[in-house]
Amino acid sequence: MTVHNYDPALIAVQVDNDEKAFADLRQRHFKARAKMSLENEQLRGSFLGATDFLQAKRRAVFPDTDELEQLRDRGEAIRQQSLAQLPDLLETLEKNLTANGIQVHWAETAEQACAQVHSILAMNNARTVVKGKSMVSEEIELNHYLEKQGIECLESDMGEYLVQLAKEMPSHIIMPAIHKTTAQIARLMHTRAERSDGQSVSYTEDVDELIGNARAILRDKFASADAGISGVNMAIANTGTLCLVENEGNGRMSTTAPPIHIAITGIEKVVADLADVPDLLSLLTRSATGQNISTYFNMISSPRRGGELDGPEQVHLVLVDNGRSRMFNHPQLKPTLQCIRCGACMNHCPVYARIGGHAYGSTYPGPIGQVVTPQMQGLDKQGELVSACTLNGACGDACPVRIPLPKLIRELRHEANSTAPASELDIPGKGSQRHLGEALIWKGWALAHQYGPLYRSITWVLTRGRKLLPHHLGAWTATRTLPVPAKYSLHDLARGAGIGEQPANRRLNEGEA
Amino acid sequence: MTSSPALPRVYPPKPSQVYLMGTCLVDSFDPQAGMDAIQFLQHHGIEVLFPQQQSCCGQPAFNSGFDDEARQVARQQLKAFVADIPVVVMMGSCAAMLHCDYARLFEGQPEEAQANALAARTFEFTEFVDRVLCLPPSPASGERVVLHTSCSARRSMGVAECHQRVLQNSGVEVIEPNRVSECCGFGGTFALKQGDISAAMACDKAEAVAACGVDTLVSADCGCLMNIGGTLAKQGRPIKTRHIASLLRQRQEESL
Repeated sequence: MTVHNYDPALIAVQVDNDEKAFADLRQRHFKARAKMSLENEQLRGSFLGATDFLQAKRRAVFPDTDELEQLRDRGEAIRQQSLAQLPDLLETLEKNLTANGIQVHWAETAEQACAQVHSILAMNNARTVVKGKSMVSEEIELNHYLEKQGIECLESDMGEYLVQLAKEMPSHIIMPAIHKTTAQIARLMHTRAERSDGQSVSYTEDVDELIGNARAILRDKFASADAGISGVNMAIANTGTLCLVENEGNGRMSTTAPPIHIAITGIEKVVADLADVPDLLSLLTRSATGQNISTYFNMISSPRRGGELDGPEQVHLVLVDNGRSRMFNHPQLKPTLQCIRCGACMNHCPVYARIGGHAYGSTYPGPIGQVVTPQMQGLDKQGELVSACTLNGACGDACPVRIPLPKLIRELRHEANSTAPASELDIPGKGSQRHLGEALIWKGWALAHQYGPLYRSITWVLTRGRKLLPHHLGAWTATRTLPVPAKYSLHDLARGAGIGEQPANRRLNEGEA
Repeated sequence: MTSSPALPRVYPPKPSQVYLMGTCLVDSFDPQAGMDAIQFLQHHGIEVLFPQQQSCCGQPAFNSGFDDEARQVARQQLKAFVADIPVVVMMGSCAAMLHCDYARLFEGQPEEAQANALAARTFEFTEFVDRVLCLPPSPASGERVVLHTSCSARRSMGVAECHQRVLQNSGVEVIEPNRVSECCGFGGTFALKQGDISAAMACDKAEAVAACGVDTLVSADCGCLMNIGGTLAKQGRPIKTRHIASLLRQRQEESL
């Protein structure tokens, strides 16, 4: 057994402190959360290292740029076609799932979705649940809801399990515990993991041993749980099939070992046909983790049939809207729903790499989180997220289904500052980020730049008065020197050098401007 | 704002006249770069026109979500660069605003056709030098520079290679810092609105630039140069910043 840094007196305190630190982080606004993350050197190192590693993996698995671009074209086309016929596909999906013996439930809101899951569990007297990884269940805060109803809901994905033990939320949609060090994980397992015999897990920082310990605990739970809950990566309308991508086998266990399986998905995850699957699957696994294919790919098409030896007796699918219909109906923001949840945008985002997932304060962090979360929770609650982007475009370049993420973020900034009256189709909190001071600055800025003579006068004052300008400019000068205007502007220099203004046959006069 | 170029690039034969769009940052903070560009192009037999009516492309307001204000300012540029001749832009991000984003800004507006026509004849400075001037290579000068390519130049305009080629062609040895394609953290108003994150990004970038061991940082984007250069200066690192146009003009004069 490998043992490092083991101090029995300190260890529980450290785990409690980590929990308190996370609870404290959640209380704060985005800027404060980002600042806390930036000041945490261990966290910065972890995220930068992880995103560098994942970028390199993705590059290595797409050696041929042309092939990648062709695959992205197809991925984008499949997602756009699916969305174009979304209402029809959902109807077909329901029909075919039902014909296959899978029970379909529709939830308009997060609360409805939680209540539906609870009522399925309650009807079957289910008290213990094992879960495969599901971002939608994080989105609707299902664990929290079920816990309040006295139902134990154990995460079985290793990362999700650790995050659950730590009473945190995932900091990445593919690697939920990416922010934790081995020592932190060792402490968590030692103090909070429960073996079936009631004993605590011995302290170890050996990764294989840690995984072995978690596996032993989860095995018991798989065997005894009353129900299993999973996410869905793709739902196939024409065959009534639920597809599930995973690497740990826990998804397969959660969906087959317990007598009841409840799958949860956003309504956008439906595609028409099995023929749509290979390209999307290839894009998903290669973009997410650099794998050509995931270790497990589950296709669930019915509950246990007569004569079959295993599989659940009931399979349910909860289709969650939670704001997706509104996105579907918004002409500019509809591409949000193309997302296949691979995480490539966050892996390529220089902001995410520096502040990490928890700073976003949302289930979905990084660029896709900046687009999805304000649309789900409202610009009034999560509007600050849209300013956390330099519009550098790395996410848009990385997205395997070509979601124009920078364009969507810019569009959301426009919505956040809009003065147009809100309609039913608008994002909640439209215009809520508009501050009078900033609006006035832009009005003044526009005035200064839309009349040639006025602009030149202002530039004249700025250049001639450059010695009088302040030497400090808020956040800028904390880490940078202030740029000083030149003595003469380019307008002055060009005029002085006799540079012409318009071609000889198209002279404009000042009055036209 | 980054997005795929709105229009496929068509490079004209070398024209007799071009407009120069100085951009508001070059205008006030590095006007010599503008004059260097003018003289560089003049030396190659091109008449350069500089409309005094020009101001800013409108991108700061557009990227902040203030479309009406961006449009008011952008209209002024439509008027300033009215003749059907190429517009050479001194910064990648402003070139990207005209080439990629005016289409969205003027969608359904009376100026839509005019904006699309302007987009088609807009070229970033190094793009114009590389793809339109097509100059023969000069002998090596022994000068070494670190090159920073802005995200707009790299992703929206797709001209990172043009930066590289025009510098190499002029006889300069180009060194690329680590994480060359990563944003420096300027992002216009991002640097003010999310000052802490921006500072962290700029510090990492400055570190990578300094690690190259070269005393000149070049770029064709004044925003990035101010951000990285300002950070280097605050850290007391003796690395000067230059617009690529100034370096090309210097090489041209040296080889005369």
